[in-house]
Amino acid sequence: MEEFKTVEVTTDFLIIGPGMAGTGAGVEAAHWAKENNLKVTIVDKAAMERSGAVGMGLSAINQYQGENSPVDYLSYVRQDLMGCCRDDLVMDISRHVNGSVHMMENYGLPIWLDADGNYVHEGRWQLMINGESYKAIVAEAAKNAVGMDNIIERVFVLRLLLDKNDKKKVAGAIGFNVRGPEIYVFKFKACLVCAGGAVHVFKPRSTGEGLGRAWYPPWNAGSSSYLTTTAGAEMSSQEVVFIPGRYKDGYGPVGAWFLLFKATATSATGFNYMGEGLAEGGELHNWPPYGEVKPIPTCLRNHLMMIEMFQKGDGPILIHTDKAIAKLASAAGDDKKAYAKAMKKLEAEAWEDFLDMTISQAILWASKDVFPEEGPSEIMPSEPYFIGSHSGASGAWTSGPEDIQTEESKKEYFWGYNRMTTIKGLFAAGDAVGNSSHKFSSGSFTEGRIAAKAAIKYIVDNPEMPEFDSAEVDKIKEAIVLPLKHYEEHKNYTTMGTATKKYPQPVEEVNPNFITPKMVIFRLNKIMDEYVAGCGSQYNCSSITLNIALDLLKLLKEDLSKLAARSYHELLRCWENIHRVQIAEAHTRHKLFREETRWPGYYYRTDFRKMDNEKWGKVFANSVYDAEKDEFTMIARPLYHLVEITKVVGMV
Amino acid sequence: MPSFVINEKCDGCKGGDKTACMYICPNDIMVLDEERMKAYNCEPEFCWECFNCVKICPTQAIEVRGYADFCPLGASVVPMRGTEDIMWTVKFRGGLIKRFKFPIRTTAEGSAKPDGGYGAGTGALDDQLLYTEPASLKADKLWTLGD
Ligand SMILES: Cc1cc2nc3c(=O)[nH]c(=O)nc-3n(C[C@H](O)[C@H](O)[C@H](O)COP(=O)(O)OP(=O)(O)OC[C@H]3O[C@@H](n4cnc5c(N)ncnc54)[C@H](O)[C@@H]3O)c2cc1C
Ligand code: SF4
Ligand code: SF4
Repeated sequence: MEEFKTVEVTTDFLIIGPGMAGTGAGVEAAHWAKENNLKVTIVDKAAMERSGAVGMGLSAINQYQGENSPVDYLSYVRQDLMGCCRDDLVMDISRHVNGSVHMMENYGLPIWLDADGNYVHEGRWQLMINGESYKAIVAEAAKNAVGMDNIIERVFVLRLLLDKNDKKKVAGAIGFNVRGPEIYVFKFKACLVCAGGAVHVFKPRSTGEGLGRAWYPPWNAGSSSYLTTTAGAEMSSQEVVFIPGRYKDGYGPVGAWFLLFKATATSATGFNYMGEGLAEGGELHNWPPYGEVKPIPTCLRNHLMMIEMFQKGDGPILIHTDKAIAKLASAAGDDKKAYAKAMKKLEAEAWEDFLDMTISQAILWASKDVFPEEGPSEIMPSEPYFIGSHSGASGAWTSGPEDIQTEESKKEYFWGYNRMTTIKGLFAAGDAVGNSSHKFSSGSFTEGRIAAKAAIKYIVDNPEMPEFDSAEVDKIKEAIVLPLKHYEEHKNYTTMGTATKKYPQPVEEVNPNFITPKMVIFRLNKIMDEYVAGCGSQYNCSSITLNIALDLLKLLKEDLSKLAARSYHELLRCWENIHRVQIAEAHTRHKLFREETRWPGYYYRTDFRKMDNEKWGKVFANSVYDAEKDEFTMIARPLYHLVEITKVVGMV
Repeated sequence: MPSFVINEKCDGCKGGDKTACMYICPNDIMVLDEERMKAYNCEPEFCWECFNCVKICPTQAIEVRGYADFCPLGASVVPMRGTEDIMWTVKFRGGLIKRFKFPIRTTAEGSAKPDGGYGAGTGALDDQLLYTEPASLKADKLWTLGD
């Protein structure tokens, strides 16, 4: 094993993960830092140009307020999350988001315009874009703001360091170069964790070559949650996963099909489950008040789909693309030329939706000779993901803005600096923040900006450089390289055969002394799928299965000390999986804590099948982790409504 | 095998210290076999088919073959990314070919100004205004509770 060299980086403000939130943070921080003579540094495990969830591109900006008020947006978000969101955080993003979108347009992001020069909306809140280069464009703005000299790529941040005199204050971070023997030790006054959500915690539907084709990109491994949790920050709503219903296997987006092209979905035999669910006496009325009004919350749309598939056995669910296209094209009337033109435009728009953000779906259609105008396609609920920026809610418990509070909420939701966690100097944004759902790409960028400005203010108010314990650093350094050491020590115990072609080489090494990162992910996926409400258990769990999972996770955690890495790349995989296991455990504990079923269609507590508004409708499920004792403490925090919603403003 | 490198076309980015595909892959799975100076996908089952390596390769040496566990063979989707737009060629299993061209950006590469042209606004570190506001909002003031 090569000797590892230590690279020390001292800065004022460190941005961990320049995805959508991190690039927004870079843009905003650079300005205030310059005014106050401070240094900003960005670190990314990948190349900023295409890192994070938007690396492939997107076909829509999902949050733009236009003329709507933040209260309108809140009404929609609160409804979608079955009453569970932080009003202050949601309205805070909403009031700023238009500005970020206007800036992105000027960076060069093509937003569709109609004949009058107005934005083309997909739905009330969504704008259609030509978003192939979305990430490259916002990354460019952040690079131009912060300067390439202050950007470090291909360094995986694995742990935060606390102040040696104040364990409630962050002082540094530690990471490693994913391609060579270098450990990075960062020293700073404040940092922003915005390292995305998590995927491959639950078993994905495909496990062969298609293992990586989850809806959520395989490279976000729950680092946000791990970094904040292990630093002792209070976490919130870790039970609230997101399960998108998408085109089967390719996970192609359905938003444009439902909203823009007005497609409908039915069960296999043609049952209009959404219409019937909404109608008087329908299933949705069992979930008042959220099920009773439109728009139907995301989880309830899944729920209706799941009833058809799993209870009635009337699957698969079909999206009627053919009927939608025929209806749209018929608007062209009898004019053949106009009809052909309309069809061509529609076809290009439909394919762009895939090619801009889920190219696999285009390959899948091409490989099966699927033509959307000729027949329907299957849609499917996916496996659970952690993505607090979308229709999930998991993430850190953070301070909100000072001015969007009531007297009562201010005591619980505001502690000095917007988006600061319960650890001083530790800020969060994007998927890393809990209960501020439905911010998507544009809102994450905006939240990054909000957090960055507050962090700079914190640094100005707290100018002293905190110090961490160097013994702690040495301990972590040793832990980092352990998997490489492990492999070296034990690799000769078994035979691996030779590379001659007479017999095949095994893909994975079998050795009783260690476990490879790939087997850790498979073990984790199996536990979560079978006991914590993955697709394999049709999204069901109970206190019995959750407790089995906790026992199995404990054993898995013990085995993590026997991880083996054959290369630096595998060392990255080892650490990603250590991060995944942490969020898996937190998630399981949160599910166990909340004794009700609040988000049917995301998961079901079979021992508490109903929503319990009396007990759980007025609180958030929070937790604090003590890294030294390896113990979680669960906390119920009050959920305050800051404004009364009289009417839910929908999607259209 | 999701993305794959065509042996004949890859020149290892002419022996530069960082190949284009290795530079860009968000999942760190495009690597260079230094003996042969050819790149390869070292973990096809963790490829998202994001096409970033395909788009960036200077010799068009990378293509994607749909995941074999659910994609029948024979189709292909090939991009050509320019500075202003991207051209896609979709070949169906049955042989049909469709081409699509979409814009990718409206400004010259490298020219994105962080403030989006709105300049520094009227805010101070102590208030709620982000640095380009209120101009970037295209409104006179920032909303607050009670408005
Ligand atoms: C398939 C899909 C489709 C979507 N469609 C839309 C859409 O149409 N419109 C829309 O507005 N939104 C859409 N979204 C939502 C949007 O992508 C997210 O809301 C947004 O990207 C969240 O931003 P983020 O900064 O929190 O995370 P990300 O953008 O994912 O950024 C995470 C960053 O952290 C880095 N990182 C991770 N771990 C580490 C570590 N340990 N050390 C260092 N760096 C690390 C990553 O490399 C990356 O730079 C979609 C999301 C997905 C997954
Ligand atoms: S970018 Fe293309 S030419 Fe360069 S190493 Fe990769 S595959 Fe080979
Ligand atoms: S398609 Fe994307 S994930 Fe796959 S190897 Fe290329 S860059 Fe990496």
